[in-house]
Amino acid sequence: MTTTATPSERKIASVPPGLWRAATALLRKDFAHEVRTRQTVPAMALFSVTVFVLFHFGLARDTISGSLASGVLWVTLLLAAVVGVTRLFAAERDGGAGEGLLLAPIDRTAIYLAKASALLLYLALLEVVALPAFALLLAPGLGDGLPELIATLALADVGIAAIGALVAGLAAEARAREAIVPLMLLPLLVPVLIAAANASRPLLETHSHAAGLAKWLGLIGLYDVVFVLVSVALFDYLLED
Amino acid sequence: MTRTRPHSRGLPLLSSATAATVVAALSLAFFYAPLDRDQGVIQKIFYIHVPLAIVSLCGFIAGGVMAIRHLRTGDRSWDMRSYVAIHLSIVFAVGTLVTGSIWAKASWGHWWVWSEPVLVSFLIVFLLYCCYQPLRFSIEDPERQARYASVFAVTAGAFVPVNFLAVRLATQHVHPRVLSQSGSLPGPMLLTFLVSLAGVALLWATLWKLELSLKSSRMSLKRLRARLEAPDEVEAPVPEVAVR
Amino acid sequence: MTTVLASASGHYVAAAYVVFVALILLYLVIIAVRAQRTERELRELSALAEKRPR
Repeated sequence: MTTTATPSERKIASVPPGLWRAATALLRKDFAHEVRTRQTVPAMALFSVTVFVLFHFGLARDTISGSLASGVLWVTLLLAAVVGVTRLFAAERDGGAGEGLLLAPIDRTAIYLAKASALLLYLALLEVVALPAFALLLAPGLGDGLPELIATLALADVGIAAIGALVAGLAAEARAREAIVPLMLLPLLVPVLIAAANASRPLLETHSHAAGLAKWLGLIGLYDVVFVLVSVALFDYLLED
Repeated sequence: MTRTRPHSRGLPLLSSATAATVVAALSLAFFYAPLDRDQGVIQKIFYIHVPLAIVSLCGFIAGGVMAIRHLRTGDRSWDMRSYVAIHLSIVFAVGTLVTGSIWAKASWGHWWVWSEPVLVSFLIVFLLYCCYQPLRFSIEDPERQARYASVFAVTAGAFVPVNFLAVRLATQHVHPRVLSQSGSLPGPMLLTFLVSLAGVALLWATLWKLELSLKSSRMSLKRLRARLEAPDEVEAPVPEVAVR
Repeated sequence: MTTVLASASGHYVAAAYVVFVALILLYLVIIAVRAQRTERELRELSALAEKRPR
């Protein structure tokens, strides 16, 4: 490192240099795999659109706003996240690359960072599809509170990705994986749901306004900090031999 | 692994203390504590519902702390302690939910109310910990099972306070809280509450020790059986047994 | 106290405490069953130990 490095650069540099490189390499590999096989993100996106259609028929409503819209949107996003989490380690499982991953001399933390970032990316891509679909099918008033909504989504995605990657690791070797992922993940995500839905509620009303946003975004922020730290600390103990 | 001190040590004393405290708490609740002005006799459920809630939550967090010890030391006895702590706290959580539901019915006329943050938080926490056993028993290798269970226990333990905060914020603007004592408790009620809390806490500790003692005896028995059934010449390797 | 307990709301209070006691007793039953199983295993192992040539 040159002497002209800023304090934050120096701090990042003090982390073992292999960690970032390894994480980025893994992330690139996962993303390339996803682009090639197109299994996870399309499934999540299609699932969310389908659920919107279900809600239309279930609620017998053409448009929804306010708390109803907020609830439908966030529950759908969470359920789509479950689909993504279940598939997060699928590439390693199906391709038998799991052992290969463990034999490589990389920090478990790098695997976690890569998986969590991948999940974050998938969620962002999901929302690029799901949000317009939601506006089209159920909530035409979506555009008004959009910047605040995007901020809420971004913060919530970080929390979902952090805890989702941990749960994916926990369930990776379990027998009834598809059943146990939603059962573990959804209660853990309730605080995110509470905060995000409450934050989005005024934004999705017919006259959208932002009310109490700071409190709810603060709660999501707290959740993010706690569970990123917890997950990073704990992931080392998973996937060991 | 053999412990130097058996789990059952101190158990008779602990259970006697528990019995005495619980009896004292019940007596205080029904013969000493004054009748609440607003809720009348229904308020007496407070002396069993809230201690169950507090002890259950502390038990979950204690289970998480024991799981941390297990992960850091690799000592499987900590995993067993964590397992029993969580197992027991789930039972106490069921007790919290049922007594809370009865209280809701008595106060509001409904068996469930969403306006009570303690009750709602407990439902979520309970649903989460229901995954603990299925997760454990879906992993066959005992060492990995213990490790993954501990990771779950720590995550869930960290989740409990965050969840409480979130639910509390969510229900703040809905109803005034009824199932807890608003304001400070008058002296006699406070005393009764503290003794009840002590009684339930001691009960948890006694049951924890008791179950631990039984479990570790059973595991020792399994190991003994394996040793006895092995051929004489070969010193049989002690097989790993999973906590059950 | 008894007249208050006999009222309808008193029934709810009683129910709550009965639930508490029932849970504890249920736990005790499970422990008792396990203790019995442990004793049986101990008996079997003692028999096994007897059979081994010393």
